[in-house]
Amino acid sequence: MKVSKKFLNDYVQVEDLDFREVAEKMVAVGNEYETIEKISQATGIVIGKVLTCENIATSTHLHACTVDVKEDVLSIVCGAPNVQAGQKVLVAKVGAILPDGTEIKKAQLAGVESNGMICSLSEIGIESKYQSEEDKAGIHVLSDDAPLGEDAIAYLDFDDEVIDFELTANRGDLLSLLGMAYEVGAIYERPVRLPSEEIQEIKENIEDEMTLKVETDACSIYLAKKVSDVTIMESPQWMKERLMASGIRPINNVVDISNYVMLEYGQPLHFFDAERLGKKILVRMAQEDEQMQTLDGKMRTLTSKDIVITNGKEPVALAGVMGGYDTEIEMDTKEIVIEAAIFDSVKIRNTSKRILRSEASNRYEKGIDPNRTKKALQRACHLLEKYAHAKVWSGMLQHDKTQKADKKITISLQKINTVLGMELTKQEVLSIFERLQFKATEQKQVFEVLVPTRRLDVNIPEDLIEEVGRIYGFNQVVGTLPVMEMRKGKRSPLRNFTKKTRDFFVSMGLQEVITYTLLDEVKAHQFVEDATNEIVLLNPMSEDRKYVRRSLIPSLLEVFDYNMHRQQKDLAIFEIANVYTKEETYHEKTVFSALLHGKLDLSSWEKEAIQADFYALKGMVETYLEKLGLSKGRYQFEKETLKDLHPGRSAAIYVDRKKVGFLGQVHPALVKQEVYVLELDVQSLSEISIRSIKAKEVTKFPTVTKDMAFVVDKSLPCEAILKVMQKAGGRLLKEVKVFDVYQGENVKENEKSLAFSLLFEDATKTLTDEEVMGIFDKIIAVVTKECNAVLRDK
Amino acid sequence: MKKEEMTKLLEEIQGCSMHTLEEIQTFKNTYLGKKGKISLFASYMKDVPQEEKKTFGEMLNQLRTQAEKRLESAQKEVENKKLQEKLAKETIDISLPGVSFKRGSVHPLTKIIEEVEELFISMGYDVVEGPEVEEDLYNFEKLNLPKGHPARDSQDSFYIEDEKILLRTQTSPVQAREMDKNKEKTPIRMICPGKTYRRDDDDATHSHQFTQIEGLVVGENISVAHLKGTLEEIVKRLFGEERTIRFRPSYFPFTEPSLEVDVSCFKCGGAGCSLCKGTGYIEILGSGIVHPNVLRGCGYDPEKYTGFAFGIGPERIAMLKYGISDIRNFYTNDLRFLENFYREEGQNEGK
Repeated sequence: MKVSKKFLNDYVQVEDLDFREVAEKMVAVGNEYETIEKISQATGIVIGKVLTCENIATSTHLHACTVDVKEDVLSIVCGAPNVQAGQKVLVAKVGAILPDGTEIKKAQLAGVESNGMICSLSEIGIESKYQSEEDKAGIHVLSDDAPLGEDAIAYLDFDDEVIDFELTANRGDLLSLLGMAYEVGAIYERPVRLPSEEIQEIKENIEDEMTLKVETDACSIYLAKKVSDVTIMESPQWMKERLMASGIRPINNVVDISNYVMLEYGQPLHFFDAERLGKKILVRMAQEDEQMQTLDGKMRTLTSKDIVITNGKEPVALAGVMGGYDTEIEMDTKEIVIEAAIFDSVKIRNTSKRILRSEASNRYEKGIDPNRTKKALQRACHLLEKYAHAKVWSGMLQHDKTQKADKKITISLQKINTVLGMELTKQEVLSIFERLQFKATEQKQVFEVLVPTRRLDVNIPEDLIEEVGRIYGFNQVVGTLPVMEMRKGKRSPLRNFTKKTRDFFVSMGLQEVITYTLLDEVKAHQFVEDATNEIVLLNPMSEDRKYVRRSLIPSLLEVFDYNMHRQQKDLAIFEIANVYTKEETYHEKTVFSALLHGKLDLSSWEKEAIQADFYALKGMVETYLEKLGLSKGRYQFEKETLKDLHPGRSAAIYVDRKKVGFLGQVHPALVKQEVYVLELDVQSLSEISIRSIKAKEVTKFPTVTKDMAFVVDKSLPCEAILKVMQKAGGRLLKEVKVFDVYQGENVKENEKSLAFSLLFEDATKTLTDEEVMGIFDKIIAVVTKECNAVLRDK
Repeated sequence: MKKEEMTKLLEEIQGCSMHTLEEIQTFKNTYLGKKGKISLFASYMKDVPQEEKKTFGEMLNQLRTQAEKRLESAQKEVENKKLQEKLAKETIDISLPGVSFKRGSVHPLTKIIEEVEELFISMGYDVVEGPEVEEDLYNFEKLNLPKGHPARDSQDSFYIEDEKILLRTQTSPVQAREMDKNKEKTPIRMICPGKTYRRDDDDATHSHQFTQIEGLVVGENISVAHLKGTLEEIVKRLFGEERTIRFRPSYFPFTEPSLEVDVSCFKCGGAGCSLCKGTGYIEILGSGIVHPNVLRGCGYDPEKYTGFAFGIGPERIAMLKYGISDIRNFYTNDLRFLENFYREEGQNEGK
């Protein structure tokens, strides 16, 4: 909402105030603004009269002019096509500064001396959207009575200042100059000046000629008056300036008055050409697929949720949004029917979202004061009478179901002070209500407040607390912490678990990333088996972000791509986020995903770096699971073919025989480079039972380590041998480590050599060589037999 | 006679110089061996007259002690020399770079969120979570935002089922969910960090996905003063002890009164600079007293209970705190950007 100082001053005295200070005080009571600026920043522009205007022979378009600026006659070269002797014009004298920073200097143009410039509106900083076609094409011509030599910017009221407010959605009342005046009046304790609504009605009565019927509850009040003998012409400069300052283009006196009154009262009006409208007004809901041509010439297909004004048959206006083409005011219009109405805000909101959001629809959406509808109508008649020579007919078409009484709200002083955490006196509170022009009485520390209908946002006691707080100043409140019983706060168990998981992988050198939840269709189907349970947005912003993800891995691959293209060769990243599916209902689950590529430690000149591969990632998972407190037997890696993973390099991860994730190389068909990914269902992991730490005594007796190596079939999983060893070794075999896997010379192509290091320990005594050798040989024998293995080395 | 010889021998031992292991061995053999010179004198003991035996014995002991002492110091000297040689040989170029260990870090948004979590846990708040695929009921209606409410405009939503299921546009629905769950139990003290989504075009200051931290306290006699005291704790923790806050009345449908919160500029201290655009204050979060309709809708009697709520934007906090100019940085995950956060926060800065 743009508010100009001159316009506002018509309703509350602000001319003596620094307008920037007004803006800041408005912020302090909750009304933010974006900008504050003058309409024109130009200086040194005076009113001049073109005395002579000759074409310059050597130029196709330049004119040599002499211009009277009262104390001097200047010779000025002007290029505008519309310059003529006798015109009153805007003259930028030598030394004048234009809004774009240009300083006007003496110059020679086409060999002719020029001591200034005759200006167009654009040159003094008026946006072209506010200009007439003539003004856009050349210099601006002033009326003949413009005072010679005077400051032209002040003459045009372009020295006016404008604050562009960014209002909150509840303050529809501030979409009017009157509303602004009440607000500024409350701040400065100044009275509001109400505009004149006086009219001289003629004896012709609209009620004798026309009928009104309202067939929908979506129109709570509909009033109409008629004027005739209208003269359409240009509006007075002050009205044009106030419209421009408010962001509206002046058109002609009639259209301008309609907009002007809307700006004053916040009540949108609609003007019909009375002759084209006919004798009947019927307000109803549109029919489904009903057609109408709006004043922009477009054919519109309506729905049963749109409100229309009809002539009894066809729609003549789309209520609150746009007028109809057939009943529009034209240059030859003589008789006008003026509509002032209130329509349902939600319906207007939906219609305008589909068709056009306008100044009017914005006001309907935010709500209109029913006490202003009639006043606005009369004000429009008053202005038409005054500035369009209109004759106002008596009578009024009326349909009115609105409540106009003040809203009675009671609230105690104690409640105000409790909520604000302040100690205001009843006099202080009463004076605030008085400043807001709310009638208030007090009895036994309880206020009864009558809130005028203009304040659509004040309905309950809490709203009054806010009014008191914002006028008194919330910054007067002294902060204290609430007094409550002492306790330790805590994270939810899942959040605690994800934090542990995050901290672990960070300590392993992985970088946390956060990526977008929304994916394109292709990515939404990667790394998930089920093709049907995905969630799709109804109203995506683009095809790229249309699906809610079911796996984090496609997002991690995006990060991989992004960084590869920026010469980042090594990547170890992870993300913890939710994935979503839809079965009967919506499911949300927290998962952990990691991606490894390239070197796992930053290489040194001294040593070779560890490369990201299946075993590096598997090792991380094992370390993580053991860190959680899971003993070896509780988790397994099972070879499994998984979607979009390398079939020979992927595995599912099980804990307590329940699948909790997978890892593997991304399928080379999807990504050429060797990229390894992992997914863990942290939500399930957070729910498993893990016993607390119980320290084991360190054994007093020495341990014995022995190595052995076997040649076995290449396809035999190492784990099969380990299981056999563990079974054969019994309780004295404490640990088996694989320390070498060999294929190559001396080993057949379909075979591999595996070397193991076995640790023996007896917690009760020192092991003898015989005991160890006994078990050792037994292991060899059993492995040889059961795994079809050949002992290679011992 | 023997005495003179022994004195001479003593001088000989003391004057002996040894620099190698061989020389030490020779010394040992010559003086301290079974057939060495000292042993030789010892064998004379039996011939020494009774009255001189004591003196002779003392001299003999002196000879032996001196020889051993000499031997010991020579051995030390040689060992030391060998050690020095070894050290010299082992000397490395300490200017070569050290091994770089792989470093990981949490995402900057996680860092901010965890910092806020720690503060609130220490004040007795619980950290809870709520669904991101949310019902319109919780995201809007229970928060006093019925269908068709103009304030829904500022939160253009991604819908999954028309007017029913959407990606939450704010973490505020968790307020309603927590109140629903607690059913009149008070006090409630909670924060809820999480992801939120709005149909905004991604640019330097907008992101269709972003994070929020919702805060809610419900109890008896909860006031604007309590809200202010709590928010002062947050801004001091995040931006330094000297920070103050300023309230600006505003409008959120689920609070009444509603208050925007500005923090005194941490760059200029409030004098006015480019960061705060000359105002001395920076907009930091939104807050207010829980609207009675919200309390009532969640089973709390607004006559008996009041509450305050606030919403913090971790992206905004991180951008201000770390001088980040483009919000998209948080979601593109350029490693060179994330590397900024390997390190700890500063300490004793400017001291």
